[in-house]
Amino acid sequence: MQYKSQAVAKYYFVGAIALFVAQILFGLVMGLQYVVGDFLFPEIPFNVARMVHTNALIVWLLMGFMGSAYYLVPEETETELFSPKLAIAMFWIFLVAAGLTVVGYLMVPYAALAKMTGNDLLPTMGREFLEQPLPTKLGIVVVALAFLFNITMTVLKGRKTAISLVLLMGLWGLAIFFLFSFYNPSNLVRDKFFWWWTVHLWVEGVWELILGAILAFVLIKVTGVDREVIEKWLYVIITLTLITGIIGTGHHYYWIGTPEYWQWWGSIFSALEPIPFFAMTLFAFNMVNRRRREHPNKAATLWALGTGVMSFLGAGVWGFLHTLAPVNFYTHGTQITAAHGHMAFYGAYVMVVITMISYSMPLMRGRAANSNKAQVMEMWSFWLMTIAIVFITLFLTAAGILQVWLQRVSANPMSYMDTQDQLSLFYWLREGTGVIFLIGLLTYIASFFVKGETAKA
Amino acid sequence: MSGTFTTSTARNIFFGGTIFFALVFLALTYQNEQIIPQRDQHLQLASNPDIAAGKKLWETHQCIGRHTLLGEGAYFAPELGNVYKRRGPDFIKAWIASQPTHTPGRRQMPQFGFTDKELDELVAFFKYVSEIDTAKWPPNIQG
Ligand code: HEM
Ligand code: HEM
Ligand SMILES: [Fe+2]
Repeated sequence: MQYKSQAVAKYYFVGAIALFVAQILFGLVMGLQYVVGDFLFPEIPFNVARMVHTNALIVWLLMGFMGSAYYLVPEETETELFSPKLAIAMFWIFLVAAGLTVVGYLMVPYAALAKMTGNDLLPTMGREFLEQPLPTKLGIVVVALAFLFNITMTVLKGRKTAISLVLLMGLWGLAIFFLFSFYNPSNLVRDKFFWWWTVHLWVEGVWELILGAILAFVLIKVTGVDREVIEKWLYVIITLTLITGIIGTGHHYYWIGTPEYWQWWGSIFSALEPIPFFAMTLFAFNMVNRRRREHPNKAATLWALGTGVMSFLGAGVWGFLHTLAPVNFYTHGTQITAAHGHMAFYGAYVMVVITMISYSMPLMRGRAANSNKAQVMEMWSFWLMTIAIVFITLFLTAAGILQVWLQRVSANPMSYMDTQDQLSLFYWLREGTGVIFLIGLLTYIASFFVKGETAKA
Repeated sequence: MSGTFTTSTARNIFFGGTIFFALVFLALTYQNEQIIPQRDQHLQLASNPDIAAGKKLWETHQCIGRHTLLGEGAYFAPELGNVYKRRGPDFIKAWIASQPTHTPGRRQMPQFGFTDKELDELVAFFKYVSEIDTAKWPPNIQG
């Protein structure tokens, strides 16, 4: 660690991992409710568990991005953070707001929560992923603005590199597109249309800039390849991302009341979206193969390569699977969608945040890399979680194909609920694999506590 | 990737390409806004205040946390975009009023305690959604 203020990242990373655990526990609750319908009813209804699962995911990824930015920006700009105190204060505000929101979800019926938190003033709640009460949404905006102010001021006073510029654009984009979560017209078609400006333009737009920048930073550090080369790759990747991904939004506009020309625009542009993800895979492997040094942190390198491969599989391959309009006509809103959502989120954003944690945490703890023993354990957790998510995806895909067949294709279509009964084998397998994922996550956490010989940073 | 292809060339292509495709997207969005009035049932929405009230009930009871609506949402319970056509108004009201089923092992829907008026608002919302022109989706009545 070259700059003292980078250490604020530690708070964010610890908070992120804690929320990750909560996310997975609630995932397991839902996975069981999928097969034992009345499990924990009415104490933890499925929709509540789902909100906690997805919102915890989003918030911990945001924390991971913020932590990554706080670590990365001082080093890239070669100057201390503008205000470490502001960064720490914002962390606590964010954590407490997230905690209170979860408590609200769990303790208060949603309709009452909406009433209590002023949803009548500006109705924004009750839409997928954007379920947060108004004060939480405003809190996110405040935290994001304070964060952006802090990071932007740091970049302005220091060296300007492509990596910090791309990161900054991604983070500003993240904040700007979140503002569409405040727009909720009664007209359902328009509501849905702009809802995707937050959701799609995040994961298939500006978040990919953040992903690329973090990956590029870690690759420079662990491979020692010239910055010049890495930065060129970064620009090529994000160019491909945005020229395909922006109009690619159209793949959500096939069946929601929007005009039918979107079937062409959406299919063609989103079919090209796997290309930047493939470029990311090539990027990671190429740089590691051309490495100029043997960095002692093998685990971080493994996570970086894993991000390259798994984001391509989850977003690229599984995205392509259902993105063409004639296919999406049958798969829209089935377990196929869930399969893709899991591998894409894990492969791209979970893994890139862990890559950064894996690289930077040892340095913040005063060593170049963790002990061999700790790294072996971390690599075990890599394989456990990654293989588990692959199988979760495969089981959900199998369930999805069967669902599409029984409910939407066959000559005598079955009702939704009857179809679900036919899928329970796959749901059980998914739940079992979910337990392995949890074991992998606990192994990951345990690896932080393994001692052993380490080299000084 | 060397020679004349410099980092600043790459950066310029990035900005140029992004701005160009963002403008195309905005043009498509403008076009979209011109066409959706033919498909989105806005006349019905404007003439019947129950629909907006129903949408708000839909949101504040977080129905999207289990159901899909026009294929978006959670995948734990049936599609409701076309439930008005599949079941009809009376069945929908009776169903919501009679939950939960308490059938052991079956997925349970809570009792929300809606008034009769609120049930009518929800039904108005479902009727409205079922008449949005969704390019013939879903493939069949089962959703
Ligand atoms: C890291 C990047 C990505 C992430 C995190 C991601 C995540 C998701 C999630 C969570 C959904 C479900 C949204 C909902 O609940 O309604 C979804 C839907 C979808 N994604 Fe992605 N995605 C990514 C990239 C891609 C790419 C590159 C493609 C295309 C090649 C793609 C194609 C689709 C399609 C077509 C749907 C709609 C599915 C449906 O109709 O039900 N995604 N994505
Ligand atoms: C123990 C492992 C896990 C289990 C059992 C699990 C289970 C579930 C279930 C049952 C749903 C709800 C599907 C529905 O709406 O019917 C869900 C949604 C979701 N989960 Fe997980 N999950 C797990 C891990 C993860 C991980 C690691 C991630 C992210 C990296 C993740 C991201 C998501 C997302 C994005 C959704 C929303 C999907 C969509 O709308 O299409 N989950 N999960
Ligand atoms: Fe998308």
